[in-house]
Amino acid sequence: MSLLEFQNVSFDNEGKTILKNISVSIKQGDFISIVGPSGSGKSTFLKLCNNLISPAAGSIMYKGKNINEYNPTELRKSIAYCFQTPCLFGDMVIENIKFPFSIRNAKLDQNRASELFSLFHMSSDYLDKGVRNLSGGEKQRIALIRNLLFKPEALLLDEITSALDTDNTQIVENVIASLNKEGVTILWITHNREQSRKYANKLLTIETGEIKSLEVIK
Amino acid sequence: MNGSNAIDITSLLIASSLVLVTLFFSYWQKLKLEKETIISVIRSIIQLIAVGYVLEYVFGFKSPVFTTLLLIFMIFNAAYNAAKRGKAIKNGLTISFLSIAAGTVVTLAVLVFSKTIQYEPYQIIPVSGMIISNAMVALGLCYKQIASDFKNKREEVETKLSLGADILPSSIEIIRDSIKTGMLPTIDSAKTLGIVSLPGMMTGLILAGTSPMEAIKYQIMVTFMLLSTTSISSFIACYMSYRGFFNGRKQLILTK
Repeated sequence: MSLLEFQNVSFDNEGKTILKNISVSIKQGDFISIVGPSGSGKSTFLKLCNNLISPAAGSIMYKGKNINEYNPTELRKSIAYCFQTPCLFGDMVIENIKFPFSIRNAKLDQNRASELFSLFHMSSDYLDKGVRNLSGGEKQRIALIRNLLFKPEALLLDEITSALDTDNTQIVENVIASLNKEGVTILWITHNREQSRKYANKLLTIETGEIKSLEVIK
Repeated sequence: MNGSNAIDITSLLIASSLVLVTLFFSYWQKLKLEKETIISVIRSIIQLIAVGYVLEYVFGFKSPVFTTLLLIFMIFNAAYNAAKRGKAIKNGLTISFLSIAAGTVVTLAVLVFSKTIQYEPYQIIPVSGMIISNAMVALGLCYKQIASDFKNKREEVETKLSLGADILPSSIEIIRDSIKTGMLPTIDSAKTLGIVSLPGMMTGLILAGTSPMEAIKYQIMVTFMLLSTTSISSFIACYMSYRGFFNGRKQLILTK
């Protein structure tokens, strides 16, 4: 059974068609690289998966059930979405780390946070830092940690390494690859050709709002 | 009021020469405000005479039902104006009406039960006028803030939603910010009372012959009631209106 399935999905915004007639099936454990020119509808595709927006036509199925039958907040907890431009809120990093716990009425699990910080080669001292003084790369890694405090079923990544240097890109790639090995489905938008083929088992090409190809590469 | 310095018509006519000062400046400086000034003066005189007669008439009615109906009418008008300020707010009129009504009712109830004022038109109507107009201005500010925050902090709200947060935790900062915006002018003016200005009510009482010590008691009451109404109305309005920025799927509604 597919984890996520798009059935003739279209999406419009202010009269402009962003995605048209998209049909694609994503299996549990897939690592799909999504490529295509800027403005082709890749981010919209991910936002539809996270149910931040709903299709104008067609349906999206999650584990065989229409996405609309799920409570959106529960669904979003299972399908984590990491934005291209990370948005850290509040004043301190710790507020961002506490947030996923507070929305689950749970207490901050310091060990889980420390474990993730070390996975991303960062010190836990970051918790007490102000968000305004962080570099783009640091913000992106913290945003990823925020997404991974509770392991999702699927992880949607929107060009998350574009602000990272080579070393940090490698660190992030390693974490994502190991998550996929643990069974987390990955959908990763990237402009980096090498990156798109390095870890993925499928390559999805979206152009002008349509699926150009879905290539099985592994 | 006993011992008051009642103004006779002759004094008023002499005072009206002050309008000539405005007209003179307008003519001399070519401000082209002569017509506007004359119209505004005539309008204010007619409106105030009319309201004077209406109030004389209304204050004659001792019926609590009539007072209540008048209160509802005032609240509706204020709600209508506040809703016009918040065009981006879904169900703005209903929200404004309910929040101004709640603020007014709670404040008036405390004032009436504490016997600070009586539920008589001549006390309720002017007091409510102050409360309601203050709440109306506060709601206008709340609406402006909440709409601009949802536009400017879209990414933050969507990030929180994407993490699985419900719409309240995703919007709580915006709600707090908007309530604050609605309340701050009232808090600021309370802070400067007596230092920057002698407020209208106190000035009026002093001019009418009330001793300053007596007048400040009224002013303190006014300060309390304005603070309470603004906070209640802003709180209810913001907590009711943020929902309108989301759809049933807990998605932020796309706005231009």
